[in-house]
Amino acid sequence: MNDQSLRSALSQARGLGSAKGGSAHWWTQRVTAVALIPLAIWFLASLLALGRGNHADFVDWLQSPLNTILMVSLVIALFWHMALGLQVVVEDYVHTRPLKIFASVAIHTGCALLVVTGLVSIARTIT
Amino acid sequence: MKDDNAPLSPALQIYRPQLTSVLSFMHRLTGIALSLGSLLLITWLVAGSMGSSAYDMLLSFLRSWTGLLLLFGWTFALFYHLCNGIRHLCWDAGYGFELKTIYASGWMVVAASLSLSMATWLIGIYAMAGGA
Repeated sequence: MNDQSLRSALSQARGLGSAKGGSAHWWTQRVTAVALIPLAIWFLASLLALGRGNHADFVDWLQSPLNTILMVSLVIALFWHMALGLQVVVEDYVHTRPLKIFASVAIHTGCALLVVTGLVSIARTIT
Repeated sequence: MKDDNAPLSPALQIYRPQLTSVLSFMHRLTGIALSLGSLLLITWLVAGSMGSSAYDMLLSFLRSWTGLLLLFGWTFALFYHLCNGIRHLCWDAGYGFELKTIYASGWMVVAASLSLSMATWLIGIYAMAGGA
């Protein structure tokens, strides 16, 4: 500790070490992964049914309450999982700290914007 | 500015590929491919909210050969990431770490993702042809 400093020993030690959030990323990635198993299967099955349809079929399909709920869930779980996954890729392959932080923030911001875009579009379609 | 001591990924130039490493690499690659595919999902939802002309335009692109090829690629990426993701979840739960089991589950993932992609497209083609 620096004897010249007016800061207390505690204030100099605070903030060093683990941020205590190390397992949150890991757990959120797993929980969203499990949620995406049924959602992905439902989504593929829906696409097979909608493949031959037109815009009216799409609106009818999305307006069904179950489909609305599942589509909103899919959009949220998908982009959450995607942000966490891409963040790990960046952390592994980008080796300069400023670029790593910038890329990570850009990924999370981009995914958040995509979620909002998706949810607004769903709301506009079903109303 | 290289200022952290994070562990490095294996040096690929001197690394002999094995089924395990190739499948691991493919999990990342399909994850990135699916991230690009998610942009199509949002485009689809936006087009749907804009009305039938935008929706028809997107569908006519997706029904072109380029569109179908992209969709087939994403179908495989989805099934691969799904199957291998379940394999990862088993490992997270503490199961399947014996070398023999790791190889067996790896080949299962390859077989399952290929056959599920084929089956999905056969059903899709059958439905498109007016069978269902």
